[in-house]
Amino acid sequence: MKDFNYHSAKDSKEASKLASSSSAFLAGGMTTIPSMKLGLATYKDLIDIKNIKKLSGIKVSGKSVTIGAATKHVEVSNSKDVKKAIPSLSSLAEGIGDPQVRNRGTIGGSIANNDPSADYPSACIALNATIHTNERKIESAKFFKGMFETALKKGELIEAIEFQIPEKSSYQKHPNPASRYAIVGVYVAKHKGDVNVAVTGAKSCVYNDKEMSKALSGNFSSSSIDGMDLDSSEMNTDMHASAEFRASLVVTQAKKAVDAC
Amino acid sequence: MASLVGSRVERKEDKRFLTGKGRYTADINLANQTYAIFVRSPHARASIKKINIDKASKSSGVVSILTGKEIADDKIGGLIAGWAIRSEDGTEMKCPGNPPLAKDNVNFVGDPVAVVIAESLAEAKEAAEKVEVDYKVLKAVTSTADAMNGDTIHEGIDKNLCFDWLLGDRQKVKEAFDKADKVISIDIVNNRLIPNAMEPRACVADYNAASEEITLYTTSQNPHLSRLIMSAFGNVAPEHKLRVVAPDVGGGFGSKINVYNEDIVCSWAAKKINRAIKWVAERSESFLTDIHGRDHVTHAELAVTKDGKFLGFKNETIANLGAYARVFGTVTPTYLFGPCATGVYEIPAAYTNVKAVYTNTAPVDAYRGAGRPEATYTIERLVEKASMELGIDKTELRIKNFPTVFPFKQTLVHTVDSGDYVAGMEKAKQMADYKGFEARRKESEAKGKLRGIGVTSYFEACGIAPSAAVMSLGCGVGLWESAEVRFNPTGQVTVYTGSHSHGQSHQTTFAQIAADELGVPIENIDIVHGDTDKGTFGMGTYGSRSLAVGGIAIVNACKKIVEKGKRVTAKMLEANPEDVEFKDGEFIVSKSNKKKTIGEVAFACYLPGVRDEMKSPLPEGDEPGLKETSFYDPSNFSFPAGTHIAEVEIDPETGHVKLQKYTACDDFGRIINPMVVEGQVHGGLAQGIGQALYENAEYDETGQLMTGSYMDYTMPRADNFPEFNIGYTCTHATTNPLGVKGCGEAGAIAAPPTVMNAVIDALGGQEVTMPATAEKVWKACKNLKKSNAKAA
Repeated sequence: MKDFNYHSAKDSKEASKLASSSSAFLAGGMTTIPSMKLGLATYKDLIDIKNIKKLSGIKVSGKSVTIGAATKHVEVSNSKDVKKAIPSLSSLAEGIGDPQVRNRGTIGGSIANNDPSADYPSACIALNATIHTNERKIESAKFFKGMFETALKKGELIEAIEFQIPEKSSYQKHPNPASRYAIVGVYVAKHKGDVNVAVTGAKSCVYNDKEMSKALSGNFSSSSIDGMDLDSSEMNTDMHASAEFRASLVVTQAKKAVDAC
Repeated sequence: MASLVGSRVERKEDKRFLTGKGRYTADINLANQTYAIFVRSPHARASIKKINIDKASKSSGVVSILTGKEIADDKIGGLIAGWAIRSEDGTEMKCPGNPPLAKDNVNFVGDPVAVVIAESLAEAKEAAEKVEVDYKVLKAVTSTADAMNGDTIHEGIDKNLCFDWLLGDRQKVKEAFDKADKVISIDIVNNRLIPNAMEPRACVADYNAASEEITLYTTSQNPHLSRLIMSAFGNVAPEHKLRVVAPDVGGGFGSKINVYNEDIVCSWAAKKINRAIKWVAERSESFLTDIHGRDHVTHAELAVTKDGKFLGFKNETIANLGAYARVFGTVTPTYLFGPCATGVYEIPAAYTNVKAVYTNTAPVDAYRGAGRPEATYTIERLVEKASMELGIDKTELRIKNFPTVFPFKQTLVHTVDSGDYVAGMEKAKQMADYKGFEARRKESEAKGKLRGIGVTSYFEACGIAPSAAVMSLGCGVGLWESAEVRFNPTGQVTVYTGSHSHGQSHQTTFAQIAADELGVPIENIDIVHGDTDKGTFGMGTYGSRSLAVGGIAIVNACKKIVEKGKRVTAKMLEANPEDVEFKDGEFIVSKSNKKKTIGEVAFACYLPGVRDEMKSPLPEGDEPGLKETSFYDPSNFSFPAGTHIAEVEIDPETGHVKLQKYTACDDFGRIINPMVVEGQVHGGLAQGIGQALYENAEYDETGQLMTGSYMDYTMPRADNFPEFNIGYTCTHATTNPLGVKGCGEAGAIAAPPTVMNAVIDALGGQEVTMPATAEKVWKACKNLKKSNAKAA
């Protein structure tokens, strides 16, 4: 690992001020640190945001659950409030990585990184989340732009994620057996008006599957998507799964999710 | 005094391991030490045009940068293959040179070309990045099956073929096949594995300019053997000027048998720079440069009668050696593989033909089971297929072909001294509730799942092995083992063993044996190993040999102590030595019932003359002191055996295979410590099930390792396994005084075919290669659905 300057910011303002073209925010460091150790990434400055008090914690209102960006996965999975309001969100957090990752990794870090196989982005899409940054509010649908790419501007810092509480929801993951990232993860959420079917792992970026959403909005039953033949042309192929297999898994996991709702 | 052999004595080593007090190589820091980083080839195959170290040399903190040229100039030798194998046509095997630092060519990604030694690790790393190597990249050969058709990797080694070896009689096999009612044939791949010891390799080399001695601390399973190889072949230093210490070692599984490039380079360089050098592998380096295991492509056939008697067996295998032939690289796919490929069956005619090929991949060598997992996979997949094709129950078909009389002269090489394969099968069936499977299958079916059951009966040849036998088969050394038992004057015992513990619990198991033999409390017995300056020469630990060979050497040395004790007691008590009996730590004169404890005898041996009753208790011809040595050369291998049964449930929609039940019923002969044996079985099963369902080392066609980290290489985890159902039958080995057989490799040998037979049973007989990943199984489920629809 190359030498770098470590800063611990006391508030968002200071963090933002320290940011430059050769800096990175350090939330849990679960991706940043290994990347630096392997020489895949080098930064002049690492700006630690874990100690910014305002960025940690969980608030539940009648309509939404708001989670601070520096809140750890283990805090989300253990939160009684989250379990009560959106049980699927708590079980998603419980299934991320391994205990070490869950004890360090944060929701803001996961979303800002936007790994195409990460779990949390699917929750944002399915639960119509609003991403609160130090500058603005961004709708999830406009936040996840592409592989490891988000709407965040340089120096812009996620402060919290506000999830809409659905009527019913479930997240079902087919994990990569090695890394336990999602080969395919499907987050189904039934809201008052419509149904979201957010898919992670299958393509270069998380997305809402319109075809399944539509079918399920009409009839919220796994039979309405059973046997659906999804277009696999844009899906990922790697040594762990072909596009064809991923396409099949998307339907299978979506059915499981609907049945689990 | 109650016997300790057979009881669950708590591990003496656990206190230091569980409290973080273990002392591993990476824990060793010497005054004024430097740090080494190796510059490794990023290409699978290339010639080295030029190495420019100018920029790197100027980098801060650099002490020295050495390349293949310097090591060649100093006439330091390369890495070697320890067994000479002859081809069927009588020609010697062909092995390329394997210099510790590549000089002209690199042959796999990770092959080291230079070492950078600096004041700190960070400086060494920084400077290593500045070493400029100009490569001419050549086309890599990576496929096992196609290696013989690829470009020639090593000059003069035609078809990349190290040897084309035959064991058995082709003509007899042909005659047997001519008589067969049916021939069952199978094409299988034994997937390549990466050992992944918990502790990555490391070494610390030190040089004392005054005594001209090199000391090498290293992660080795066999420090004496490492010293011998480094001295005799590496020309690093004469044996008396080279001390090799393997302190606590965190797992080996065969991967730490070899002397590695880094051991030789750091030892040589430490003398050159006259300072200590430390090197610790990063996990990525372990993936790339530790030896890998398995990697066979096999076509096998079994000739049978219609009522299920086996008549003949053919085995045509291509074995991948990787880029170079290493210590056990050539014996693993030959004598450790071929003889066991006929399994636990009476098969009148058999042959195994192995073509060992070089490829531009990491060297392949002995990995837990070494050859025997590949052999067992071959025969047991074939027998299971025969049971399907013949319509004979898989357990009945096996029993029908088991030998029932022991010693059993196995078809190709071994005479198995003891066993009861039928009893093992019956007990395994009971433990697994084999009868109840059909009901469980129906339950799974009702949930939309496919359930399968798989069986494996195995034997293996371990406790490697009689020197005369192995040396006649090409081994470069004899595989005996040594032990030295020393009494202190005040009665405690130190046992020096040439075996090496890197997780095997020798400190406990060996102490149990010595405690029983000598009647000394186990707390007063220390086991010392792993340092060439301490113990007598030893051959190390691999091939489940520590107990069956090293343990017997301890027994024999203890027996010599007891013999001397009898003579001394007789002199002290004025009796005939023949009238002295030894029991529970006491020497008793049978006629007078007078006695001396072994502690009193030891004291007398060291301090002759202090006792009142006589000036010297030592009989004429006996010297003072109480210390005995034994070099034990076994008369045969040991032959553990057993039957394992697995049940899996498959979700046809996702291809997910869930291992529902795993039963292992093994015959390890006499068991010294059941808790330690259970640990060995569990670990072996985890690795064997890992091979069947999860693990796979994959290279792309350019020779880049695609599974170079835990993000892509699936190590099994605890939640992948059910509670293992473990039991034993017991027939004592007749070839050693303890009646023990090896247990360390059984799980890794039996589990892959057991699990795969269950998976393939669930899939209605459709072949799936290891590892049975979700996608492969999902595709097979789709095919099954199609063929079922057609049948309906």
